[in-house]
This record gives sequence, C-alpha cells and structure tokens, in this order.
Amino acid sequence: MLCRNCGKRQATTHIKKVINGQAQEYHLCAQCAAQLGVANFNPFEMSDLFGSLFTNQLPQNIPAERCETCGSSFAEIAKRGKVGCPDCYKKFYNQLLPSLRKMHGKTKHAGKVPACAPEAAKTSYRLNELKDQLQKAVSSEDYEQAAKLRDEIRQLEKEGNENA
Amino acid sequence: MLKWYEEGVKTDVVVSSRIRLARNLKKYPFPNKLSLEQKFEVIQVISDAILKSGDPSVAGFRFIDMDKISKFDAYAMAERHLISPDFAENGQGRALILSEDESVSIMINEEDHVRIQVMVPGFDLMTAYKRADQIDRILEQHVEIAFDENLGYLTECPTNLGTGMRASAMLHIPALQSIGAVGQIANTVSKIGLTMRGTFGEGSEVKCDMYQLSNQVTLGISEQAAIENLQGIIRQIVERERESRNNIDHDRLEDVVFRALGILKSARLLSGDELLQLISRVRLGVEMDMIKDIGFDVLNTLTFNCQSAALQAQSGGPLDADTRDKMRARIVREKLA
Repeated sequence: MLCRNCGKRQATTHIKKVINGQAQEYHLCAQCAAQLGVANFNPFEMSDLFGSLFTNQLPQNIPAERCETCGSSFAEIAKRGKVGCPDCYKKFYNQLLPSLRKMHGKTKHAGKVPACAPEAAKTSYRLNELKDQLQKAVSSEDYEQAAKLRDEIRQLEKEGNENA
Repeated sequence: MLKWYEEGVKTDVVVSSRIRLARNLKKYPFPNKLSLEQKFEVIQVISDAILKSGDPSVAGFRFIDMDKISKFDAYAMAERHLISPDFAENGQGRALILSEDESVSIMINEEDHVRIQVMVPGFDLMTAYKRADQIDRILEQHVEIAFDENLGYLTECPTNLGTGMRASAMLHIPALQSIGAVGQIANTVSKIGLTMRGTFGEGSEVKCDMYQLSNQVTLGISEQAAIENLQGIIRQIVERERESRNNIDHDRLEDVVFRALGILKSARLLSGDELLQLISRVRLGVEMDMIKDIGFDVLNTLTFNCQSAALQAQSGGPLDADTRDKMRARIVREKLA
C-alpha cells in the first residue's frame, strides 16, 4: 500500500483512531508521518543538561613545546584528536581544558578511583559515595541508616583535615 | 557452554546492555604512539595481570592473538560486537581476552591499552557494570593505571576521560522507526550528553530497527549517576515504543509479522540486509506474544551467525554473495523448521 499523503513511498505507519465513535484510518510512510506530526512526542523530561560535545576549535596560542615523555606537540594532539601519553595531560592541561569543558561540561572527575590513586582522591570518592547514600537514606526516611552514614562522613572529613 | 545470546532470556525493546571501560597503563604512551615491540610488551603485561590472577571471575577466559586468527573469524567477532571493526581489520600488535560465554571481551591495544567490555541480555546495565568493575579491580591490583585526580582515568581520546565508561543499550524500536520518530529522539538525547546511532551497518541506513543509545559524557559524573541517567531515558523510550506498538492497527501488524516469518521459513536466497529486516519483524512478533514457539535464542543466533563474515568463517573460506545468500537461507530454514 502506498502512502496516502505523498502517494509515492510505501506506507509503513497504519494508525486507527476512534474519535467520538468515528473510526479514522491513516496509512503513511515514515517521512510523511514525521512531517505530519504523527510522531508528536512531548519532549523528554531531562533534569540534567550537559554541555555540548566535541568542538575542534583551536586555542589561539599554540605552544611550540613538546611532551618530554612522548614528543607530542599540542598542535599534533589537537589535529588528531588523540593524546600521546598520560603525561601529555599534565603538560598541556591548560590548553586542553577549554575543549574538555565543551566536551563534558565539567572538568573534575567524579567517578571511581584505582588502587594506585593518591589517598586524598580515594577519600574524596568515598565521601561522594557516602553523601549519595545519605541522600537516599534520608529520602526513604531510613533515619537510623542516615545517622550512621553521617557519623562515617564526619569521621572521614576529620581524618582528611588531619592529613591535609 | 552457551554464549550469552544463546541463553534465550526474554527481552522486550531493550535487546542487550553493554558497559565498556577504557583503561591505560601509566608507564606506556597511548597505542597511537607505541612501537610494535612496546605493543607486545603491553599485551604481555595486561594478559598476565588478568589471566594469571587466578581470580574465579576470570576462570575460562582465553587469549587470542588478533594477528594469528583468520580475517573472517575476526570480522565475525566484530559482527557479534565483541570487538570494533578496526580491531578486526588491523590485528598486528593487538590481542583479545574473551570469556567462555563471550559476555566479557577485553581488547588490548585498541584505541586504549585496555578496553573491558561486558554484554548482558535485556535491560540490565548494573549487572554489566558490576562485572566490568570486577575485571577492572583485578587489573588495577597488578598494574599501575594512568589516572589523574582531576581528569580521572586518562585515555587516548579526551572524550573518554573521567570514568572511561561507555554504557549503552541496544534498542529494538520498529514502531518508533516506522512513524519517523527516531531522528527526533536522537536529536533530543544529544542535548543531554547521550548519543543514539544505528547498529548493524554503521553510518548507513538502519535496516533492522536496532539503535544503540549510550552516554557521551564521562568527566564530572560518577559511573552510578551516568548509568541512572541513561536508564531514565531508556525507560521513557521503551514506554513510547510500547505506546506506538499499541497504536498500530493490530491486524496489519500481525500480517507484517507473519509474512516476515513466512519468508524466513521458505526463502531460498536471503541477503544479509533482508534477513535483519525480517528478523526484526519476527522479533516484534515474539516480543508482543504473537509468536510463541520461537525463542530469543534463535533470533539472536540467526542475527549473529548469518552475517557475511560469520558464514565465511563457518565455511572456512571466501564465498561470493550468491553462495552466501543461499547458505544463509538454508541455515534460517533449518533453524526455524
């Protein structure tokens, strides 16, 4: 069956609507269905809005230096979109930062940390985890658990300050 | 042992869930700057860390030198989404560690030194994440991982910095596709740090109503939060797909489904694209309980084992398109008989 709207393409959308007891049928192709708003969705409920993604904008002052470990220059990295080695991130941190912000919206890691990470990073991750759990405990009115978590958070924060 | 996709787990809309973690060794440049000798060293270090750990969670894992297997076998793995097409094409200095049920694949020297990937059937990202995290813990016990307090896990491409985690779900959304809604959804999700793209036939027209939805942002968000965000959006898409399915005239839908099944059961020649299109329709019928005697294991197996590289891997040599179409139709008929 051909699309009843354009009469050219194969109809793939077949919709039956009953309004006030009157049945109406639609036979449309995907393009016409989209155009006629048969696929009329409410926008999704999006709570978090992240920044837009990768842009190829080069900063104005491209440093001529190279990474001591792998020999990459910032121009090479920007051109290929590939970083040479872990040390490049230290060397070109300031140049990379604007692109990272555009890509991810944020520039501070918030996820898990490996065993070899410095203690401070581990503590900060553990604190984030505990605070998440605390929030969940409070919203589910589990106050006993919340009190326990709060004590644990205080203890960790105290230790962190003593070590700092 | 059954492969993860042969277990026949009942799925609806979300066909499978996948987690990928990107990790790098601190002491080596990223793969684009590695010499071949260094690549071999990296392979040694990583495979020792995982395979010699003796950890029960990696029991039965095997090591595959990508340079020593046939191109057909390599491409068949890419068709099963175990590895990337580039990893299949350029095998030199690359290796794969694979679990027996093929739910865990660890690529060595792909874009990053290590890519841990876990796939599970249905909508179950947390299970996949926990499995990937287990392997990650084994790895970090034995090797020093490139990590920065601010930037998180350091990766060759800055788009993976932070958690290095890509979570994705394979969505079967024929009803949304037929009303032309996919473009609109893809557009909307791109604004909140997610991407949606067609699978099977990368970049080109999507033939089997399968789309992959994944997180794009990896820095400044925890693994847990990224997965929860993705789950929230997936739930909404699933709901809309179900609504759209119910809006389609039932008799017509049934007709489309059973015609597809009829062709699959009797065709003598089937191209790869036609197979995927027909399987999608039959899958819809199975998901909606119109067809009760075909399991998801059969659909998944046909999807993975009848693509062009898989057929050539099975026959042990190159086959021209006509021979493949004939072989494909025969396998499908036998499987559905």
